[in-house]
Amino acid sequence: MNLVDDTLVLDTPDGPALRGSECRDCGAHTFPRQDGCPRCTGSAMREVALARRGTLWSWTVQGFRPKPPYTGSAAYEPYGVGYIALPGQLIVEARLAEADPAKLEIGTEVELMFVPFRDDAEGRPVYTVGFVAVDHA
Amino acid sequence: MPEVAIVGIGMHRFGRTDGVSGRAQAVHAAREALRDAGLKFSDMQFGFGGSHSAGGADTLVSELGLTGLPFINVANGCATGGSALIAADAAIRSGQHDVGIVIGFDKHPRGAFATDPAEHGIGSWYGETGLMVTTQFFGMKIQRYLHDHAIDPAVLALVAEKSFRNGARNPMAWRRKEMSAGEIAAAPMISHPLTQYMYCSPGEGAVALVLCRADRARSHTGRPVFLAAAEFRSRRYGSFEVFAPWIASERAPSPTVEASAAAFESAGIAPSEVDIAQIQDTEAGAELMHLAETGLCADGEQEALIKAGATEIGGRLPVNTDGGCIANGEPIGASGLRQVYENVLQLRGDAGEHQVPGRPRAGFTHVYGAPGISACTVLTR
Repeated sequence: MNLVDDTLVLDTPDGPALRGSECRDCGAHTFPRQDGCPRCTGSAMREVALARRGTLWSWTVQGFRPKPPYTGSAAYEPYGVGYIALPGQLIVEARLAEADPAKLEIGTEVELMFVPFRDDAEGRPVYTVGFVAVDHA
Repeated sequence: MPEVAIVGIGMHRFGRTDGVSGRAQAVHAAREALRDAGLKFSDMQFGFGGSHSAGGADTLVSELGLTGLPFINVANGCATGGSALIAADAAIRSGQHDVGIVIGFDKHPRGAFATDPAEHGIGSWYGETGLMVTTQFFGMKIQRYLHDHAIDPAVLALVAEKSFRNGARNPMAWRRKEMSAGEIAAAPMISHPLTQYMYCSPGEGAVALVLCRADRARSHTGRPVFLAAAEFRSRRYGSFEVFAPWIASERAPSPTVEASAAAFESAGIAPSEVDIAQIQDTEAGAELMHLAETGLCADGEQEALIKAGATEIGGRLPVNTDGGCIANGEPIGASGLRQVYENVLQLRGDAGEHQVPGRPRAGFTHVYGAPGISACTVLTR
């Protein structure tokens, strides 16, 4: 699959997961992975797969086509954006599969998926990471 | 340790001034501030200043005067003005200098700011996929806040309505036309739950302040305003800030909570003693949240305060009396200094149609910038 940045994701036995890091000393998580720990200021981070399911912590809908560096398709459709709480790890920001404010609610259980956001030079879709409600997955 | 006073204020009207560069607006503001203080640029012992998009503040000396003074550029996003002021405060309080100038100015193109993820240490995917957008963050922060504190989203339109009402009374403001809460609520949605007129816009303008040792203030002005405190903080692990691909599960207060608490403590003034407050209102939700983050009210109390008119010019706690960012726009470098300019006008009793009644004694300012910095001041007369 044509992903916007291959370093964002890891393959796991359960399927693709976000590639994060965890501090060996204090347990803090980050996304994407980084070498310095933002919590204890140490540098003992190791790579981990982040949880594939979580709950919607907050959300909005992007109502206008952003300026560059946004590279989304020219035919603009509003898209959902949210922060998703991954239990015991962190709260991660990602695109949402849903863009209807009436259908978005804090606390909804959501699952990792890939969402297309533009086409590449050959006309194939380029994907990024996103989340979708579990009962719609 | 010397105390610090503001003895001169100058401003170039905010808004859009076609054909006048940001630098020219800054020079205008500087000359106004010097004239107000009865001083010349050659009297200045230091300068601090900045702009985001209109050039290096230090280069203004080619127009103001080549006197050899140390002039340092400051860049801290929307908190640039607040940061310049803190640097000036320290320069005087430390005894290094007796008198100097701070200058903030900017001139931005129309539309939302475009920001490069690399400048924030974030991968390019973040911008490419449409997450590097400040308006989204504001939508998500207020969405969560309204949920956590069971606040009626309808107050957001009331906040913006007040901003336009105050701006209409302020000759230096950009937006000088009143707008009803109904019109504001019905405007196009930018990032749910915030509509077009709940957001401020990037704009143009300049502000300059002349500061000196407080014990010499009365030789420059009959009405000095004292900088009782100026404090600055950046974000801690667990605070929820703009341009963050992730945040920690454990919540920490925003930098505003710490910066404002430090400012009140250092000034020896309680939030309940504040007579006027200028607080960062990049959008209506920011004013709502910052009211509590600064300690001016409790979380969840805002809905009742706003609906009762407490934050109006005639209310118990007038907020953003010049129309705030919503009516003035946000020239990044000048924004924090505009708040101080407004409080000085108010404490002098010179605010004209937007003057707060009852001779205010204590003013508070709060400027917030990406990616999680906050600068607060307490001013007294």
